[in-house]
Amino acid sequence: MKARVHVTLKNGVLDPQGKAIHQSLEGLGFDGVEDVRQGKFIEIELSDSDPDAAKARVAEMCEQLLANTVIEDYSIEIEA
Amino acid sequence: MSAAVIVFPGSNCDRDVAVSLEAAMGRAPYMVWHGDSELPDVDLIVVPGGFSYGDYLRSGAMAANSPVMREVVARANAGTPTLGICNGFQVLTECGLLPGVLMRNASLKFVCRDVDLRVERADTVFTRHYREGQVIRIPVAHHDGNYFTDPDTLKALEDNRQVAFRYCAPDGSLSEDSNPNGSLANIAGVLNAGGNVLGMMPHPERLAEALLGGTDGAPMFASLAEAVAA
Repeated sequence: MKARVHVTLKNGVLDPQGKAIHQSLEGLGFDGVEDVRQGKFIEIELSDSDPDAAKARVAEMCEQLLANTVIEDYSIEIEA
Repeated sequence: MSAAVIVFPGSNCDRDVAVSLEAAMGRAPYMVWHGDSELPDVDLIVVPGGFSYGDYLRSGAMAANSPVMREVVARANAGTPTLGICNGFQVLTECGLLPGVLMRNASLKFVCRDVDLRVERADTVFTRHYREGQVIRIPVAHHDGNYFTDPDTLKALEDNRQVAFRYCAPDGSLSEDSNPNGSLANIAGVLNAGGNVLGMMPHPERLAEALLGGTDGAPMFASLAEAVAA
């Protein structure tokens, strides 16, 4: 099965890259862009058969490596 | 007395810091490859600057999980003086030896120049050859040096006097203008609670002999040599 992990900056953590993207979008003439936050998207192929166990394992991967929980949150989707 | 410099794929200040250590200690440090699980019995560990693992995922994140770092963490927790410079600072935060994280510079630009630092602590094994409040000139060269932590951790760092260096103006005053990367409270270097682990973004080894154009970095290596000889 496949795990899809989104790693995003926590609320309140400044995101200068998101800000730069925001400014560039406005520079290109895109109106109505209120905020931009940049994050990471990671796909993991797993040999697991139990989705709940897989999700727990991926959460452990996020805690230990994929996210720095000082500044980042993560969310996990499992696709069987 | 002996030191070890940890070498990762992508380290690029390992030889510079080895020269500074040898000049101060009279003995070349062990150069320990990241894949080794054994670390010689040393009195000092240095995690050097560079771009370990190409800064993949986050600066320092991959290096923090390499085999030798388990032993580095164990030794540091047992009290061995451990210095992380630039990428080494990022590695020490990622492996949990130091609080906080180094984010992308607020300017989004790689910053490579000499900066003024105010010495906040002159009573550590790393800084005893400086004076508290002294302003020293040391180069920075980084893209991810923007020190950040949550307000509670920042308060604890300040209360425990764990900030070793701050970016400052030449007269020692703190301002946004003298902050090269957006770091909270102009923080350039932090200590762990025990005072035996220091991480700093500036590179003392790059101004540690007159031939390089300055010697303000040399007292750090002299401090360490004296501390570990005692």
